Amino acid sequence: MTEGEAIMTTSGSDVTVESVVRRAVARHRGERGPLLPVLHALQAELGHVPQEAVPVLAEELNLSRADVHGVVTFYHDFRREPAGRTTVRICRAEACQALGADQLVRYASESGLRLGETTPDGSVTVEQVFCLGNCALGPSVEADGRLYGRVGPARLGAILNGTVSS
Amino acid sequence: MTSTSHATVYVPRDSAARSVGADEVARALQQASERGDFALDVVRNGSRGMLWLEPLVEVATPQGRIGYGPVAPEDVDELLAAGMLDGADHPLRLGVVDELPWLARQNRVTFARVGVTDPLSTEDYEAHGGLAGLRAALELAPADVVAEVTASGLRGRGGAGFPAGIKWKTVLDCADELKFVCCNADEGDSGTFADRMVMEGDPFMLIEGMTIAAHAVGASEGYLYIRSEYPDAIATMRQAIGIAREHGWLGRNILGSALDFDLHVRVGAGAYICGEETSMLESLEGKRGMVRAKPPIPAIEGLFGKPTVVNNVLTLATVPVVLAEGAQAYQRLGVERSRGTQVFQLGGNIAHGGIVETAFGITLRELIEEYGGGTHSGRPIRTAQVGGPLGAYLPESMFDLPMDYEAFAAAGAMVGHGGVVVFDDTVDMAAQARFAMEFCAEESCGKCTPCRVGAVRGVEVIDKIVAGTHRDENLALLEDLCDLMTEGSLCAMGGLTPLPVRSALTHFPDDFLGGRRLLEIHPVRATEGTA
Repeated sequence: MTEGEAIMTTSGSDVTVESVVRRAVARHRGERGPLLPVLHALQAELGHVPQEAVPVLAEELNLSRADVHGVVTFYHDFRREPAGRTTVRICRAEACQALGADQLVRYASESGLRLGETTPDGSVTVEQVFCLGNCALGPSVEADGRLYGRVGPARLGAILNGTVSS
Repeated sequence: MTSTSHATVYVPRDSAARSVGADEVARALQQASERGDFALDVVRNGSRGMLWLEPLVEVATPQGRIGYGPVAPEDVDELLAAGMLDGADHPLRLGVVDELPWLARQNRVTFARVGVTDPLSTEDYEAHGGLAGLRAALELAPADVVAEVTASGLRGRGGAGFPAGIKWKTVLDCADELKFVCCNADEGDSGTFADRMVMEGDPFMLIEGMTIAAHAVGASEGYLYIRSEYPDAIATMRQAIGIAREHGWLGRNILGSALDFDLHVRVGAGAYICGEETSMLESLEGKRGMVRAKPPIPAIEGLFGKPTVVNNVLTLATVPVVLAEGAQAYQRLGVERSRGTQVFQLGGNIAHGGIVETAFGITLRELIEEYGGGTHSGRPIRTAQVGGPLGAYLPESMFDLPMDYEAFAAAGAMVGHGGVVVFDDTVDMAAQARFAMEFCAEESCGKCTPCRVGAVRGVEVIDKIVAGTHRDENLALLEDLCDLMTEGSLCAMGGLTPLPVRSALTHFPDDFLGGRRLLEIHPVRATEGTA
């Protein structure tokens, strides 16, 4: 999909970014300060927050485009581009560092998976995260929303290869 | 060998327990039950906080709850065959969980129910003392609730340690029609996980505490701002809020009183700085999470400019017991001006990591050596970072400091949120100092220059010191930079980043000056998880 293309495929039906945005705003309009919940909803549906969502959000929420752009780019969670099919996040906070988190980062990078990048085939995105709240069972890794504790290189390899099924 | 009666088996649903296989253990138990081999019900409780024993399986017996752990999914059949449902002997059998020394010598006040009950069972909650605090509070006038909290000596557990009652009084004294209670559940500090465990393990307690706060200050709306890195806590709190509404514990005329209060969960979006209270308010308003200059304080001009109570999870979760048992009971615990209990969190390279709730005044050595059992790697301890990524790195010579706010402050350190992260002798302290600056550069909100630019400069200067480039000049420059960040930053992010940096430099200068031959870093003995 090229940037700027306005048609996205979600749940099998073609919908425009604009219609997704307007629907998300409608669902959250009654809340106070709804921009973050709306952005989370967009990302959940589209996998990222596309550029063409910004003017529609600005119009719907009576904000300037600059305000919306500022919020989208401030928070680490909001992506401007889709991630890989699997997202693996390696905790690099101090408690996990104390048990070799940097070794996991090195291992990933030696496998050609650099932090913040998606593999060319679009299969995996590897990112860093600061603290998953599993500080007594580090090093910790999260893959597609699932938390793993006591992760050494071998287990990370299994997670990256999708062979850790449980 | 089959147990004659229907046994109740507890397997934690806490995300730390799940990270090492608790779901798979629960499933294996369920399957044994469905096959008809054993008659058992699985209850997914919170975690007892003995995280090295997770997954910790407990079985209710006439002698009490007998624990087995750590249990791998493949152990389940053998455990059942050995008679686990009757509490029979097995190499993984730990005994009566409540009597395990690690747990028995703690003083669990805030964590009394966590790991004991089914987090989403209202019957369990009330049977274990839930709602007693709220019922007591609703009998009192708001000012009397505030007075009770003030008298208890409860200080904010988020790190700053500001007395909760005084903050509440400021909000109560504001005349506005609309006021808010905001719970800061953006627990982003490495080494802290108590908030997460409360939200996953005893969510009604937090709802009850926020409702008491609402009654005390005259607020009608509450927001619970949870970091996105905690999906299990988000899901559990949302479920618990729904259940609370159905039971009349939230909404209009709570428990038949005149109190109207409703509560909403808001999810952060991956910004460490939003754990700072004013950044959190900006984020709740739908803006970039940039810090506000204080004054005005949030108690007077907080969320959407309205008077707002902003407290941490543990602070609000402790309020129900203060009201239920009275200010005096709480006040009797602790030392000096640090009253009540603190929930210490032992993490990093530690053999027995987890939650230790005990009165203030315990020493760091007791926590790390007696509770923690030394390092996970089996190597000597070199340092512990106390109070999160903005806390000091302390050498072993300082481990006899009593854990209280003032004693730590006097020693150039901070108790913060009670997180203790242990490192063995393979740690490179110059690298840790560099990381503190790198983290600040990555997570600074960018509003003030000392933090935004200072952190980037800090990384550069530390690199030069380690490389031996104009070392004396660069050491002086780093000192100067740390002074400027401490004095000139708007909030604790820039203001406290010098604390880990300076403590590393003061206590471990050889790591910066090339005097210490670094050990081959890792591998640690780390036993990999089995899930």
